[in-house]
Amino acid sequence: MANLTFKDFKSDQQVRWCPGCGDHAVLSALQRALPKVSQALGYAKERYVVVSGIGCSSRLTYYMDTYGFHSIHGRATAISTGIKVANPTLTVWQACGDGDALAIGGNHFIHAIRRNIDINVILFNNQIYGLTKGQYSPTSKFGAITKTSPYGTVEHPFNPGSLVLGAKGTFFARSLDVELHLSEEIMTQAALHDGCSVMEMLTNCVIFNDGAHKDLSDPEVRADRTIVLRHGEKMLFGKDHNKGLVLQGMGIKAVTIGEGGYTIDDILVHDAHTDNMGIHMMLADMKGPGLPVALGVIRDVKDITYDDGVRDQVKDVMLKSNIHCVDDLLHSGSTWEVE
Amino acid sequence: MQHKVIDTKDVVIRFAGDSGDGMQLTGSLFADMSAIYGNGLSTFPDYPAEIRAPQGTVSGVSGFQVHIGSEDVSTPGDYCDLLVAMNPAALWANAKWCKPTAMILIDVDSFDENGLRKAGFKTDNPFEELRVEDRAIIAAPISTLTMESLKDSGLARKAILKCKNMFTLGMACYIYSRPMEYIYAYLEKKFAKKHPEVIAPNKKVLDDGFNYAANIQAIPNTYVVEPSPKKKGTYRNITGNQATAWGLLAASEKSGLPLFCGSYPITPATGILEELAIHKSLGAKTLQAEDEIAGICTAIGASFAGNLAATTTSGPGLSLKAEALGLAAMTELPLVVVDVQRAGPSTGIPTKTEQTDLTQAIYGRNGECPIPVVAPHSPAHCFDAAFYASKMALEHMTPVILLSEGFIGNGSEPWRIPSMADYPEIKPPFARGVLPEGERFHPFDRDPETLVRRWAVPGQAGYEHRVGGLEKNHSGAISSDPQNHALMTKERQDRIEKIADSIPPVKVIGEQKGKLLVVGWGGTYGHILSAVNKVIEDGGKIGYAHFDNIFPLPKNTREVLLSFEKVLVCELNVRQFASWLESRVPEANIVYYNKVQGQPFLVTELVEEIKKQMED
Repeated sequence: MANLTFKDFKSDQQVRWCPGCGDHAVLSALQRALPKVSQALGYAKERYVVVSGIGCSSRLTYYMDTYGFHSIHGRATAISTGIKVANPTLTVWQACGDGDALAIGGNHFIHAIRRNIDINVILFNNQIYGLTKGQYSPTSKFGAITKTSPYGTVEHPFNPGSLVLGAKGTFFARSLDVELHLSEEIMTQAALHDGCSVMEMLTNCVIFNDGAHKDLSDPEVRADRTIVLRHGEKMLFGKDHNKGLVLQGMGIKAVTIGEGGYTIDDILVHDAHTDNMGIHMMLADMKGPGLPVALGVIRDVKDITYDDGVRDQVKDVMLKSNIHCVDDLLHSGSTWEVE
Repeated sequence: MQHKVIDTKDVVIRFAGDSGDGMQLTGSLFADMSAIYGNGLSTFPDYPAEIRAPQGTVSGVSGFQVHIGSEDVSTPGDYCDLLVAMNPAALWANAKWCKPTAMILIDVDSFDENGLRKAGFKTDNPFEELRVEDRAIIAAPISTLTMESLKDSGLARKAILKCKNMFTLGMACYIYSRPMEYIYAYLEKKFAKKHPEVIAPNKKVLDDGFNYAANIQAIPNTYVVEPSPKKKGTYRNITGNQATAWGLLAASEKSGLPLFCGSYPITPATGILEELAIHKSLGAKTLQAEDEIAGICTAIGASFAGNLAATTTSGPGLSLKAEALGLAAMTELPLVVVDVQRAGPSTGIPTKTEQTDLTQAIYGRNGECPIPVVAPHSPAHCFDAAFYASKMALEHMTPVILLSEGFIGNGSEPWRIPSMADYPEIKPPFARGVLPEGERFHPFDRDPETLVRRWAVPGQAGYEHRVGGLEKNHSGAISSDPQNHALMTKERQDRIEKIADSIPPVKVIGEQKGKLLVVGWGGTYGHILSAVNKVIEDGGKIGYAHFDNIFPLPKNTREVLLSFEKVLVCELNVRQFASWLESRVPEANIVYYNKVQGQPFLVTELVEEIKKQMED
């Protein structure tokens, strides 16, 4: 197999997202990650299938030169599930938005996570409906003023991380559109994870929700308001890399090393592989003021996957059964002869 | 009383009781035993939507009708020769189905004050109240006798009372001179592993019921229904839902593609998913989805990935699947959608039969979205219908809707087992070969004859392409060009119409031209055929055409309809197929006969209507 490059995954279709849209960066990260995945796992290009629902981000399918299925609103997860169960040798990537996956497609989303089907879900979260031109989504902040909430929303948003972990997800990671390298890194790790991998990409919508994640992504504040978690590494952040996370009482606290008696030894080491859902839930839930928003791979644990389960059960029953063809089936059970 | 043994051509038995009384099992056992004995057979379960409605009430009555004959029988029969009523409510709900000559067998133990009031009787004489007092009434203390029969069995009182259906079955076996060996074998097989202790008690109760019936002298006559002369071969009894599942498995074998079924449980279609879930040994994958939409969407995904994909549902579920059906049509992917129709609209009467989803199947999607529709006409025919629906889907790259009905899905009939060697291979239009350097696969380039596109399955190098719900041009690129949209719309319509080239012509039974043509479709076949035969026997000059292919219609449809002065369309809905035929053959003189009661036609009412139409 020839070494694949960025270009091999670029389709001949013109990319039509708005200039400055966060989706461009996610596409680019994916096109850079897949050659590395192929290198690591020996995947040929034709094994990739990209699936999407409806929304701006779902156009990604057309920009990837792989097998692709641009489906209907909310249903990408169900389509991906069918593809993976039908042919587990395919590697399935899914692009979906916050409205697509968490509102109209919420049911499929949580059930795919519950089943732990081996698909890779990129959840573009710009906290707005972009393609329908600016209505609030299930992740819009409480009070968000949009076209359908001119006086502010009166609903609480979902945090996709808690939703994934609440459904006993085996892999959850988060990145910012502007963190191209981090995005590429978590995509590569998602590909290596056996099971349902959800990657939340905090993206900007320049037209309808400009600055959606400005309080995190601005170069001035990013280092202080976000923390990149890596398995086995200390949970450190800050412009000067001198802040860290410690456990205190029932929760997590951000401290500055050298202040209040805290030393580097007090800082938590990230364990993405622990079964302990509690600590991952706390990390996924962190937000300002006071705590940085967690980026990177928050949870990555092993469990039985649905597609393996289906395949193994079929094999097992085939070995045990004495019905091996339809003629056998037709003559099984009670029959009688007419001479 | 002088006891006679009477040879008879056919009898209809209706078992009715509380939904916990085991009447479905009793009826099925009687049917299976008769099938193996060699009788012609047709069954009709008529049960409530509630699993256990309040005991003793009319809403909780569960019935199972069996029609056996010394010739082939094509319906479960309109009225019964024997009504078994395990309680007053069962009598209340079913007395209307008794022939004037019928026997009524009751468990007199349950006909106490309390039971009569619960069922809604005002007096102490339920037979008079229902005006069936002139029937032969066999009042047997079935509960007491069952208790007596098993008092030394060691079983608890509750477990003993559960055996009273076997006592009843024993009595029915005596009345109709049934061989009991089959039931013995069944009981042994069913309980051997989990409850071997109940085999002997059940057999004992069965025998005691049989002997009791023989001894009491209360039964005026017993009957013999000889086996029917049948074509040589191996036979089995089969329900429509089982046959549908097996037809899909047969298509999987003949196409060499694994079967994937994504479904959500819904009455009365669930039996198909349950049946497929058993047969993983044939490579079938079943996915019980989180909802109806996921059912069809996982199937669409599986189809894209190269499986033979199916989803099974009933009316409300088909409504939920509508958007995704449009996606399957737009992406031109093979998919079999089975709708086992039930009484609607909305939740309707889930366990009762109807043909009211026809219009939904033909038209029920946004945009110009033609999808073929086919319909099985009997329980066993579901096998062929599912097989050929799959073949149509795979070879024409289209979703196909298979419109079954609760009546045939749950009904059963004996079936001469076919050989798979007699079924054709299924050859999907796979894209093959290595593409020349620099050339790309165009997913919507079409075969010039059939207009069918080629199927490139993920995993095949060089054929990477995208499909989706957005309008495309032939190359697969998104296009909102007006002329392209017009062209693709026309091609999608034409390619479905062209399927008519590969479906058999509709056959006409009886007169080939003349005054009156009776028309039916789907599960009404048995009833209409019986009625038509009766009219012909009585000297009527009529023809009968039954349509298995709804859209596209067989190519000779126009010719057939126009060969008669009048066309009488009989269906269990309000003019749905009649309107469809009118839209396709506007010159035909179409009249209609409809019934929307959640019940199949009665042969008698059809005969009356046909005769009326002959005179008009």
